[in-house]
Amino acid sequence: MIKLLKKMGKREVLMAVLCALLVLGQVYFDLTLPDYMTDLTMMLNTAGSETSDILNVGLKMLGCTLASAALAIVCGYLSAKTASGFSYTIREKLFNHVMDMGSEEMQDFSIPSLITRTTNDITQIQMIVSMGLQMIIKSPIMAVWAVIKILGKSWELSAVTAAFVVVICVFVLAVMATCIPRFRIVQKLTDKINRVARENLTGINVVHAFNAEKYQNDKFDVPSKDMMNTQLKNQRMFALMMPVMNIGMNGLTLAIYWLGAVLIQQIALTAVQDRITFFSNVVVFSTYATYVVMSFMMLVMIFMMLPAAQVSAERINEVLERDVNIKEGSVSEGREQGTVEFKNVSFRYPHASEDELSNISFKIEKGQTLAIIGATGSGKTTLISLIPRFYDATEGEVLVDGVNVKNYKFDTLYDKLGYVTQKAVLFAGSIRENVFFGESAAPESDEELKNAIELSQAEEFVDKLPDGTEHMISQMGRNVSGGQKQRLSISRALSRKPEILVFDDSFSALDYKTDAKLREGLNEKLGDTTKIIVAQRISTIRHADKIIVLDRGEAVGMGTHEELMKNCDVYKEIALSQLSAAELA
Amino acid sequence: MRKYEKSSKGEMASAMKKIIEYMKGSVGIVAVALVLAALGAVLTIIGPDKVGEITDLIADGLMTGIDLKAVARVGIFLGAIYISSSLFTFIQQYIMATVTLKMSYRMRSDLSRKINCVPQKYFNSHSQGDILSRITNDVSTLQQGLTNSLPTIISAAAQFVGCLIMMFVTEWRLALISLFITFLGLFLIVFIMSKSQKFFLDRQESLGKLNGYVEEMYSGHEVVRISRGADNVKEHFGGLNEAVYNANWKSQFLSGMMQPLMNVIGNIAYVAVCVFGSVLALNGTIKFGVIISFILYVRLFTSPLGQIAQGMTNMQTASASAQRIFDFIESEELSDESDKSSEVPEVKGNVSFENVRFSYPDTPDKVIIKNFSAEVKAGQKVAIVGPTGAGKTTMVNLLMRFFEINSGSISIDGTPISQLSRETVHNMFSMVLQDTWLFEGTVRENLVYNMEGISDESLERVCKACGLDKFVHTLPEGFDTVLSESVAISAGQKQLLTIARAMLQNAPMLILDEATSSVDTRTELLIQRAMDKLTKGRTSFVIAHRLSTIKNADLILVMRDGDVIESGNHETLMAKGGFYAELYNSQFDQAS
Repeated sequence: MIKLLKKMGKREVLMAVLCALLVLGQVYFDLTLPDYMTDLTMMLNTAGSETSDILNVGLKMLGCTLASAALAIVCGYLSAKTASGFSYTIREKLFNHVMDMGSEEMQDFSIPSLITRTTNDITQIQMIVSMGLQMIIKSPIMAVWAVIKILGKSWELSAVTAAFVVVICVFVLAVMATCIPRFRIVQKLTDKINRVARENLTGINVVHAFNAEKYQNDKFDVPSKDMMNTQLKNQRMFALMMPVMNIGMNGLTLAIYWLGAVLIQQIALTAVQDRITFFSNVVVFSTYATYVVMSFMMLVMIFMMLPAAQVSAERINEVLERDVNIKEGSVSEGREQGTVEFKNVSFRYPHASEDELSNISFKIEKGQTLAIIGATGSGKTTLISLIPRFYDATEGEVLVDGVNVKNYKFDTLYDKLGYVTQKAVLFAGSIRENVFFGESAAPESDEELKNAIELSQAEEFVDKLPDGTEHMISQMGRNVSGGQKQRLSISRALSRKPEILVFDDSFSALDYKTDAKLREGLNEKLGDTTKIIVAQRISTIRHADKIIVLDRGEAVGMGTHEELMKNCDVYKEIALSQLSAAELA
Repeated sequence: MRKYEKSSKGEMASAMKKIIEYMKGSVGIVAVALVLAALGAVLTIIGPDKVGEITDLIADGLMTGIDLKAVARVGIFLGAIYISSSLFTFIQQYIMATVTLKMSYRMRSDLSRKINCVPQKYFNSHSQGDILSRITNDVSTLQQGLTNSLPTIISAAAQFVGCLIMMFVTEWRLALISLFITFLGLFLIVFIMSKSQKFFLDRQESLGKLNGYVEEMYSGHEVVRISRGADNVKEHFGGLNEAVYNANWKSQFLSGMMQPLMNVIGNIAYVAVCVFGSVLALNGTIKFGVIISFILYVRLFTSPLGQIAQGMTNMQTASASAQRIFDFIESEELSDESDKSSEVPEVKGNVSFENVRFSYPDTPDKVIIKNFSAEVKAGQKVAIVGPTGAGKTTMVNLLMRFFEINSGSISIDGTPISQLSRETVHNMFSMVLQDTWLFEGTVRENLVYNMEGISDESLERVCKACGLDKFVHTLPEGFDTVLSESVAISAGQKQLLTIARAMLQNAPMLILDEATSSVDTRTELLIQRAMDKLTKGRTSFVIAHRLSTIKNADLILVMRDGDVIESGNHETLMAKGGFYAELYNSQFDQAS
């Protein structure tokens, strides 16, 4: 938490300090108020007071409240700005840091966890800071000041007050200590309830198909019932809180007066002045004692809330402190054009015990097509993800245009590449915005847009849309089908006019005809562009200049379709599983 | 994050009516709780008065000696009042917590049950997140609203009315003055609250937008990187963050102003009472003691107003939640089928489609299936092929009665499926869907899903047939390994697991909707063989992009734009040289 607080901007720190000073003033006015109140009560009690005197004291009192309120409002303004500014800064830092992360770091934290850290955890922190800022500053000052005011007036009354403070604080601590762990349980149960219900929703067809409605309901009932029982224990316990605190506060006032009465009685009747002084002490005591108890209670609550914030702060720090492994190089120009070369490349995922890729070497020239085929889990995606540096090779070198990819400036490398991911990704925004997402060296004109859409075979459905390329895609592309998403994400890669195009199984959601048309178009229009294609279908890749057959991370065959049919058993097997011998001939 | 729309007065009343109906059995005990809340509040009004009495006793006795017995009498009485008032509050909160938590549990059960009872079209108009948030957020908002706000409003109102009566009984002029000042203040507070409401909505909305953007960009981070989009994205995020910042501090600032303002108003009323009171007292109109009691009443009088205002806002939010909960609970359900026989008849497997026509209920103009007719004989393997959007998946969904057809009929062994219960129809088919569905649980639970009497031997056998045996045995706990996000399973393995599940089900007929699309072709071949064993003698429906999967089908139905345009087996269709042949040959077009 403290580490995180250090990240606060200078302006915020200044505001926090100012806020603390103002709180000091506020406490002063708040604590002077009871003095005037006692004066006023005394005046009203003694016959013969002038209205002007009363008005005078009244106005002073009003002045005190107004001053305190004004300070409180200014302070509220400052603390609101500080807390919001603080969360603003942290949120920005965190988001920018995550955006700079490589796939390795993203994988390590997992995307859902990063999302909660950027959203919920920061909200948590902000709540604590905004609430705590005033309370943390105010309650100790208040407590100390109030104690000073009553100190030395009467040890008996002080003892009674101290006893009440201890008892109430212990009680609050005890309730919080039993309830807070249960709050965490409730949180976990909520997650569980959410999960079971989500599973039911996503699998609704399977649930119906298996007539498993009752099964699901029973499954849901378990966490739901647990939740009820935990919450019952909690809320019943909490039901004690307010009443006990009320008894404590009221009881303290009563005890002070009662004990006060007894103590006054012990003073000799002759010492009238002493009796009167002690009486006024009792009145003052009763007021300030309440302040003391209240501020201690606030302190206890803050200390109980702090651990929750601490957890969030740690989770945020974990991300901020994570170094990004992928470092930018300095080369801004390649030595060749349109070439990709792997030199004895091996790759192992961090924490993995075995190589995902071992000793892969190949080179393709400008305008050539390289295809990669292999069984599920053979390392195809991993291989091509080394080119845009989603990961860096563990051993060996990956060269683009004759230069190791690690040495390129990011912008230079990414201007050379057009990469289409396996899972098509679209963002909220118009089709145009999606196609021209990010920056590239290529121009962004209507014509370029049209070309990209045409070439990716997306115009077939884009043209049917009433607003064409201005059509709005909803978040994560939820309003377009899988095949349409895939074609639009291909358009995006094409619009960059790259030297090298990489397709990671990007035609899987397209039917054969569209697939064929797309490849035909690429060949005609982009003859100079180097293409790397990962695919499952033999028909997609059989005409490639070079085919690499991957099996458990090793290249077990390399060559053209005809060569591989002769000398690569794995390839032959894959091919024959899809097409008959006659068709392959 | 979802924004809460505040409901209007009328909606609030109707929501309340529904809640009362829903809690029918516990209305009595809730009434008791509310009476206790009011009683507890009224008792607190007596408190200050008695403290005043003790002060008076001491003050009076300063010169002559304090009547300690009288002090003790008042002290014991006061203690008794404090204890009983606290006891009332405790009992009231205990009752409310118990009743509302039990109600929440019942609501959650009803909501979860409802998921499986609404027609599919409901999910077209309501997102998953929306339904989930009703089950968790809305239920808990309503519960909190009912346990906290309802008694608060009642007790605050009781305190307010009690004070008001006491004030007017004691001295009507002073009562009027304090009432006037308090209402002036109240007006100010309501004004600020209505202003801050806008910023609260702003905050929820801007935060929701920001969270959505974060989710989107994190999920697509590879695309952002490769498109050199990071700078633009950061800039856009900065804008969203700025909006959150602005809405944040404004709403927080405004809501923070409430407390100090309440203090000021209380004190103004206090001073006014003192000043006017002393004027009246000097005139001899009232006694000084009256002013003292009034000072205490003013304190007790101003605080409940804030509580009522706060409570009402909370109740509005709660009733908006209630509205959303009942909206779902009361939505239309699938037709009741208790009159239909749920017995599974002896299934031969003749399936006939006659002029089936279908469009989704919410878009009746867009006809998905125009005029689908086909005759399937028992034991045939039927393949449905065609371009994306031709209506292939819709056809099998109609066969499973996930949707109801508009006209025409689908019959199994001569009985229209509309005359069978959905349960019966589902029992006739094993189904593997395009979207693999696994849940967090052990491998065994995922496979045996809702089936009884599955032995370990049959589990082993099926897994072997699907080529899953090796995978399962490499898992740390075998069949008892819990599948969660941390266990890495590839898309292909997921699909194999769902296929194994369907194989275990062993129903008379089979539906495979793109069941092997994520599996590599060699594994597919393996499954194919296992499937062929399974489908032997069983009618099966297969949808596949890979035409190699369905070449050996007995009947291939070629669909396009909701109609069957060609049918026959592979050889006859190829010989015909139509759409199918074109589709098939496009695999070998000269292209690289």
